[in-house]
Amino acid sequence: MARVKLEGQWYGLDEGESVLDGLLRGGVRVPHSCRAGACQSCLMRAEGGAVPAKAQVGLKETLKARGYFLSCACHPEGDLEVAGAGAELRVPARIATLERLSDSVLCVRLRPEKPLEYRAGQYVSLIRADGLARSYSLASQPHEDTLELHVRRTAGGRMSGWLFDEARPGDALELQGPAGECFYVPGRPEQPLLLAGTGTGLAPLYGILQDALSHGHTGPIWLFHGALEPSGLYLVEELRALQSCYSQFQYRPCVLKGQERVGVTVGALDAVIKEACPRPAGWRAWLCGDPSLVLSLRKKLFLAGLSLKDLHADAFLPSTPPPQEGVEVSGRASDASR
Amino acid sequence: MSTNVAEKKSSLYEQIGGEPAMEAAVDLFYRKVLSDERISHFFEDVDMERQSAKQKAFLTMVCGGPSAYSGKDMRKGHAHLVQRGLNDTHFDAVVEHLSATLLELGVAKPLVEQVLAIAGGARADVLDR
Repeated sequence: MARVKLEGQWYGLDEGESVLDGLLRGGVRVPHSCRAGACQSCLMRAEGGAVPAKAQVGLKETLKARGYFLSCACHPEGDLEVAGAGAELRVPARIATLERLSDSVLCVRLRPEKPLEYRAGQYVSLIRADGLARSYSLASQPHEDTLELHVRRTAGGRMSGWLFDEARPGDALELQGPAGECFYVPGRPEQPLLLAGTGTGLAPLYGILQDALSHGHTGPIWLFHGALEPSGLYLVEELRALQSCYSQFQYRPCVLKGQERVGVTVGALDAVIKEACPRPAGWRAWLCGDPSLVLSLRKKLFLAGLSLKDLHADAFLPSTPPPQEGVEVSGRASDASR
Repeated sequence: MSTNVAEKKSSLYEQIGGEPAMEAAVDLFYRKVLSDERISHFFEDVDMERQSAKQKAFLTMVCGGPSAYSGKDMRKGHAHLVQRGLNDTHFDAVVEHLSATLLELGVAKPLVEQVLAIAGGARADVLDR
């Protein structure tokens, strides 16, 4: 049986159990969220023993070199001595503003107390004083003095419920990250860009869009934002204003259900995209939000001729409770993650 | 003897265009297998990058390029697919797409024939016979 040592105490791991699950079962508080090796909230550092390569997939080389690993994806063969990710990776921050973007989406602006280097569209883990962690994408630009996150209220969501109902400007939090490959890389300014997302998948896309425009991207830029109903759309006026400033930018809000009305398309996001952009070969694309939509859209765009290296997908995984906690949090995308 | 084989193989790989050709081939090839209903279910993978990397390694191997794959790896790597019913028909379909991909990229027919011969040699390992 593999064992994990933390702060002088050993914890046994059951067959197939991850380091995260074993520690949680032993009563240790470890920040975590997606439990699928994506959000990086559960980062820990190995001080002794062998870390399986699978537990370091997606981490920056500098983190790997220092022994960091994802505890949710770590199934050690033998004994492993670990430490919490600790203060050296976290940046203290305070809530600057809380602003409703719609009934269900809150814009949270945070002021980090140390500079945080990031690219618009990457994500950070937000860690509350009690250790509760969720990851959210960055909609702001690095030169701004606050970070912008879009948080969707989810039924039973602990972080989103707190941010909507209790959090106040000035409240302290910690940030960890950034992570993720979903961002604009300057170059090939004439290449058409396709941005598509659902719900708060708009956050990284909004960041990427403004990044591309500020880098002088001249090729066509299409942004498709999908929601179930019109009330799920947000930043509509801001995006329309951008559309009237930049002739290369096309904004297409779409809803699955509802009356046809000016400027909003009714229909499935993939069908709307296919009609507007029938030949996306040679384009660059970013897909963010609901995992099943992101994955099926990626496949469709790939089959339609878009190269895999030009396809960036960020599936917002729900936060999942540890097995023994039952179904306390019915995670949906944005509490959930980014 | 073994050096000769290696030289001959590397020359086939170089004639096809080396790594850049593999890079160009992988999207085309993956798109073909994913669009083919006879075999697409074997290639469905949530992680398309990983699947694409596997395909590139396969293309590199059958084009005689530097490959870390051994027959044993091929056998082990496909065992779970054999359990799901992978058979000669599926193998033939993949070979068909391999051939079409290379011809589409303008690889000369005699070279494609050599690639297909190497691929054919992997049949027993892939199908675990």
